[in-house]
Amino acid sequence: MIKFENVSKRYPEGHDALRDVDFMLQRGEMAFLTGHSGAGKSTLLKLIMLMERPTRGHVSIAEQDLAQFSRDDIPYHRRRIGVVFQNHQLLFDRTVFDNVALPLHISGYDEDDIGKRVRAALDKVGLLHKEKLNPITLSTGEQQRIGIARAIVHKPQVLLADEPTGNLDPALSEEIMRLFMEFNLHGTTVLIATHDLALVSRMPYRNLILDQGRLIDGK
Amino acid sequence: MANREPAKRGAERQQRPVENQGTETSVSKGAARHKVGIASQGRSWLRHHKSTAKQSLLRLLLTPLPSVMTLAVLAIALALPGLMFVGLKNIHQLSGEWKGDPRISLYLQQTLPAEEAERFSQTMLLRTDLAAVELVTKEQGLHEFQRISGFSDVLAFLDKNPLPAVVVVQPFDNQKTELVALQKELSSLPEVEEAVLDMVWVERLASFVELANRVVLVLGALLALSVLLVVGNTIRLSIENRKDEIQVAKLVGATDAWVKRPFIYTGFWFGLIGAFIAWLFVQISLLLINTPVGELAALYQSDFTLQGLGFVDSLSLIGVGIFLGLFGARLAVGRHLREIEPQ
Repeated sequence: MIKFENVSKRYPEGHDALRDVDFMLQRGEMAFLTGHSGAGKSTLLKLIMLMERPTRGHVSIAEQDLAQFSRDDIPYHRRRIGVVFQNHQLLFDRTVFDNVALPLHISGYDEDDIGKRVRAALDKVGLLHKEKLNPITLSTGEQQRIGIARAIVHKPQVLLADEPTGNLDPALSEEIMRLFMEFNLHGTTVLIATHDLALVSRMPYRNLILDQGRLIDGK
Repeated sequence: MANREPAKRGAERQQRPVENQGTETSVSKGAARHKVGIASQGRSWLRHHKSTAKQSLLRLLLTPLPSVMTLAVLAIALALPGLMFVGLKNIHQLSGEWKGDPRISLYLQQTLPAEEAERFSQTMLLRTDLAAVELVTKEQGLHEFQRISGFSDVLAFLDKNPLPAVVVVQPFDNQKTELVALQKELSSLPEVEEAVLDMVWVERLASFVELANRVVLVLGALLALSVLLVVGNTIRLSIENRKDEIQVAKLVGATDAWVKRPFIYTGFWFGLIGAFIAWLFVQISLLLINTPVGELAALYQSDFTLQGLGFVDSLSLIGVGIFLGLFGARLAVGRHLREIEPQ
């Protein structure tokens, strides 16, 4: 599902974020991506999202080489991927419902279809009763769960998460991880970048370890 | 995993990542999905246009103070050329019905007897292209000359009247070319020694109208430019304010067109509302000067009435406003939206 072939990324200022990264994630697989901050975790996710392009090598999603996508194709590529961020990027000028509905509006779903899907997603993260609230009134853990609901509302094939438990306490982190496991059970390919090694070690999943841009374990 | 692909817009390209993926993972759903896609494509696109238009308008109303300030600037910048245009229209009308001048003075042959001069002026009266004919006989001419010049003593010494009889005619048409043609025709008449066209005023008026045209054009262009800049700058600020939203939208798969749309509509509303207020400004200004203009015209025994914008010109004003709003928004959007990418 996700395939990196000898991928290197060097930023214009000369910093090598990734060096010869080579791995493959099967459809429906779940894996962690760990390493110190600055090891290249975010860069790897950005390459999948086409927020960055590799300097060398090829990134493929669903057997499609991302290099063939022009700027105009990027939106359609992103619609099949769900992303969760540490700083959740919720919009505080609208309700929880409207935040989660944004990807559906963008993809052009029917209005009543949107209502059903948004409520299903909110139900999954256990926040259905907060749909009319402004996300600013919610706790950090709840905001993170709204972010997850937004990432999975359009049933993406791939779910990416960048430090989804970054500022949550262990109990909340476990809860978030269980959500990801649940989506994975439904067939979604999940890749979670995190530095919470204790949490990773308790989970029975593959761990891709990056060190200074090199993949040193988990191939 | 269901991956029913939602409706996409008709204008979009066929070869899309999602579509490839769709055929690959769920062939059985392909046909059904395709049908749904086409049926709701247009609807979804239209719906987004409608809701974006509404939301852009609501956003303007939600921030009344800055919106009103921007709209006031736009309205003034549009009302000024509007008013100048009305002024120009009235000058054209005024010069069209201007009857006092021009005149052509026909100096008759010195040897022509008084009766012949009288007959000649009668034939002039029969012409359909002349509005008025006035005969100034030799005696009248001398009398007038004595009165005006103060040379009455000198003239008394002359034994013979040196002045010719003059027929002053006033043509209906006051276009310069027509007047010159008429002057030529009249001067070729046997009774006429010389035909002199009093062109000074005609030429002055023509060049004044020409100048006014230019001034209106130049000022109008400058003010249109300022409308573009004001709309562009307002849209730029609003893009800056909604940077987070744009980044999130792009991250979850918003196309450039989708991201641009609300700002283009904001430009549209600014243009439309600004032009409408400008139209009100023009109409109110005309109401205010209508009475004094009427009084002035009455003093000159003119039936001149102030012309307003009229239906077509009102529509043009609104149209220009909308065009400038849309164009200004496009400029701002084109420049700034590409720079905002998710980090």
